[in-house]
Amino acid sequence: MTALPAHWLDKDRRRLRVRESAIGDRIYELLTAVCALVVPALVVAIAVAVFAAAWPAFAKLGLSIVTSSDWDVAGGHFGAAPALFGTLVSSAVALVIATPLAIGVAIFLSEFSPAWLRQPVGFLVDLLAAIPSVVYGLWGIFVLIPLLREHVMPFLRDTLHLGSTPFFRGPAYGPSMLAAGVILAIMALPYISAVSREVLMAVPRSQREAALALGATRWEMIRDAVIPYARSGIIGGIMLGLGRALGETMAVTMVIGNRPEISASLLAPGYTMASLIANEFSEATNDLHLSALMAVGAILFIVTLIVNAVARWLVWSVGRSRAK
Amino acid sequence: MRALNFAALMLLAVACAKEGANNTSTASSTASSTGSVDLTGAGATFPYPLYSKWFSDYAKLTGVKINYQSIGSGGGIRQLSEETVDFGASDSPMSDQELANAKGGPVLHIPTVLGAVVITYNIPGLTSPINLTPKAIADIFSGKITKWSDTRITTLNPGVTLPNSDILVVHRSDGSGTTYIFTDYLTAAVPTWAGGVGKGKEVKWPVGLGAKGNEGVAGQVKQSPGAIGYVELAYAKQNNLAIAAVQNKAGKMVVASVPAVTAAAAGVAKSLPANTDYRISIVNAPGADSYPISSFTWILVYQHQRDAVKGKKLVDFLNWALTDGEAEAPSLDYAPLPAEMAGAVKAKLATIDLAVAK
Repeated sequence: MTALPAHWLDKDRRRLRVRESAIGDRIYELLTAVCALVVPALVVAIAVAVFAAAWPAFAKLGLSIVTSSDWDVAGGHFGAAPALFGTLVSSAVALVIATPLAIGVAIFLSEFSPAWLRQPVGFLVDLLAAIPSVVYGLWGIFVLIPLLREHVMPFLRDTLHLGSTPFFRGPAYGPSMLAAGVILAIMALPYISAVSREVLMAVPRSQREAALALGATRWEMIRDAVIPYARSGIIGGIMLGLGRALGETMAVTMVIGNRPEISASLLAPGYTMASLIANEFSEATNDLHLSALMAVGAILFIVTLIVNAVARWLVWSVGRSRAK
Repeated sequence: MRALNFAALMLLAVACAKEGANNTSTASSTASSTGSVDLTGAGATFPYPLYSKWFSDYAKLTGVKINYQSIGSGGGIRQLSEETVDFGASDSPMSDQELANAKGGPVLHIPTVLGAVVITYNIPGLTSPINLTPKAIADIFSGKITKWSDTRITTLNPGVTLPNSDILVVHRSDGSGTTYIFTDYLTAAVPTWAGGVGKGKEVKWPVGLGAKGNEGVAGQVKQSPGAIGYVELAYAKQNNLAIAAVQNKAGKMVVASVPAVTAAAAGVAKSLPANTDYRISIVNAPGADSYPISSFTWILVYQHQRDAVKGKKLVDFLNWALTDGEAEAPSLDYAPLPAEMAGAVKAKLATIDLAVAK
């Protein structure tokens, strides 16, 4: 390089600088591309592995794995309908309880809370997300279930006479679909509330000022100006919470009663797909049994995909309707 | 230019790292083939507290380190079949099909200790153990008896006032050797159970709640007045659970204890043929003092060991376990093998051949 004439060197340097940065860009581009591709590749790899392992069960059992309620390992019957039902119902119960609570927390923190309270309360709510699920499960067994069995369930069934509807009928053992729903609600709550809070805080000040200037009360301002603006974000938060509820395993297994039966009553024990896999996987030696559990995993995968697709569609359609 | 240099440096670094990794891996593999061999095993969770004490005591004594993952009997059998571990452990014997699938050839079942399953219950105000017959247990767990005041229970317990409350059955939700032993017992002792629910690590329960693990069942029973469930003897002892006396084959009501479980094995051992493979069930064993819901737990090893050094360490350990290890068992509420049987099993260990190069 030192042998080069001076003017060449100048030219060369200029060119090199461009090339240098171009190579830097290339490397950077490549690195980020690799990062971006690793995630979808992982999803595909997991899906392929699960579906391949599940294939013998799908081939042998066909649709009966989602339509039959007969899960009898010794007899070779694998009908996961009660687990599919339980996953959907327990998650739905969780959302019904968690959504109003979480949005209430988010609205309070973003609109009403004095500044000194906002940080600590927000922090504590976020902390709920950091508690390991097995701790939730233990708390469920020792605190929540006795509370539900001794007080809440008799109150719902007898005092409110909800026992006359099929949804709260039957004996109150404690471990039940309701207990699972409540635990899942507590676990999903921080996700919904954290996202909602951020979205509400991001609503421009001018939006609020405009509503107040038009003579709106504070409640009217929140209802008509703030929430519609934040709606798609809030729905996104709810879907995140739902995702958490659908896949949760340990805490649910500990409180749901693990009974593979479809019952309309929330007081009755139930089962979820994740619990079924967690319970039986480690001792499954028979090939069809193992494959059936993989098939349950595949179905859970599909259910989660559908839920995410619906969430995307909801967020998109809400965004579009506002734009009109 | 700087970037090029940088890239070259990266390549060099990667190459060096690879080189280094290769070096360390060859170094460690040579070390492991000449120095202290670490044995690895996987399987049953039930004997894990005892096994981990054995492994730690044995390491102190001989320096041989044994790594055991208590992932469940099913996983232990799978890993042994795939030859990813040196030994497996299981609470239920391998089936003929599983034996045929094992990649390393014939598998020996080495019984180590005995476990028992006890019936625990929650009847407020009751202090002495209730008596149950196999038929009564089967009827409760299949939903044919639904009240504690049912005459089929009260006639077994004269002088005891049982409440007129519902029975809540609690069973294991996870696949478990405990469930296998319990249902194996009911299958052997009660014909109607054999034709109905049957036996397995997980069965289709006609009634009740499923709880995960011994602690799940015990917790649910403790919390719910009127509940009944089954847990391992060691777990029940350590947690002072109420335990029912169960009528054995000789017609005597027996409360589970370490000697009563060893007695069950002794009752069966007498009639064993000399060439037994120890894949035997000892539920509902004969003998006046035998506790009927008992079972072996096994360590599974290949008859033909591929690595002579590792194989010798494994056999040495098993010999130690069947001698000194057995003596430690009762302190952790595991029942040791009857002495004459431990001797016979050790003779079986001598048949393991160590230097088969395939």
